[in-house]
Amino acid sequence: MKQISTAIRDGLGVGFAVGLSGVAFGAAAVTSGLNVAQACVLSLLAFTGASQFALIGAVAGGGDLLAASAGALLLGGRNTLYGLRMADVLKVSGPRRLLVAQGVIDETTAVAMAQPDPESARQGFTTTFVTLYFMWNLTTLAGAVGTEFLGDPAAFGLDAVGPAAFLAILWPRLAESPELRLLALGAVAIALATTPLLPAGVPVLLSAVAVLVVMMR
Amino acid sequence: MTLWWAIIVVCVGCYALKVAGLAAPRRVLDHPRVRRFAELVPVALLAALIAVQTFTQSGELHFDVARTCGLGAAVVALLLRAPFLVILASAAVVTALVRLLLG
Repeated sequence: MKQISTAIRDGLGVGFAVGLSGVAFGAAAVTSGLNVAQACVLSLLAFTGASQFALIGAVAGGGDLLAASAGALLLGGRNTLYGLRMADVLKVSGPRRLLVAQGVIDETTAVAMAQPDPESARQGFTTTFVTLYFMWNLTTLAGAVGTEFLGDPAAFGLDAVGPAAFLAILWPRLAESPELRLLALGAVAIALATTPLLPAGVPVLLSAVAVLVVMMR
Repeated sequence: MTLWWAIIVVCVGCYALKVAGLAAPRRVLDHPRVRRFAELVPVALLAALIAVQTFTQSGELHFDVARTCGLGAAVVALLLRAPFLVILASAAVVTALVRLLLG
């Protein structure tokens, strides 16, 4: 019971805090030239922050829309890898799987895998998904509508919230396992070294190579 | 390609990518090596994501002093065993303050 309440608390915390950065997305989307409806459709249906930011970033830069879409999809590719893991944890099938799939993203996977057992992992996933989905969409709308009143979201330090949340979630697992620390360092090295060379999204996906190296040891 | 088409492609594609992982055949998921890969992969991707979100900007390595201080504050909060929301708040507040100070 205690573990389940921890899972719910983690989920609410991540969902609320990371959900706030939907303001940044909504504001940035409208600044990039999307209208309010387009910003909201992306948050409702794509619902994966990195891909959404990638698309509007390319639109703002006047980039080719086909290339912009491809970049956004490359970033979405890591949700497929998360899905491999979450399939085992969530154990859903049939039509329910189509609903649950929308929630397979960085934050929900991170919270679920921080839990000690499958039951609390499912609680963590669901709580994060529901909280983040509502927050992210509400704040996208607020940011898109209120752009002119907001100023620069970076001024509030919101860009540091995502990395801090992922770090807080990984921390206990890294603390207990030298192998995972090595894996994390390898992944960081691959992603940073390839960032100047490859399109957005590829470096993070490529960091999965570090997993193969650890597995071969 | 109009903007709406790009948005539709990204929405449909992102959803399909999510479904693809969840819907991988049981036979594949039960293979021991796939299982081990799937267990380790979130650690690698999230670690890489922290690095990319903190130390890169528009496809270039970029050292953002304020954001780095924010992440440093999160590390201090973690070492002090602060609650989760305190960790996130310290990261945001320190980042915002450093940005304000540096103008």
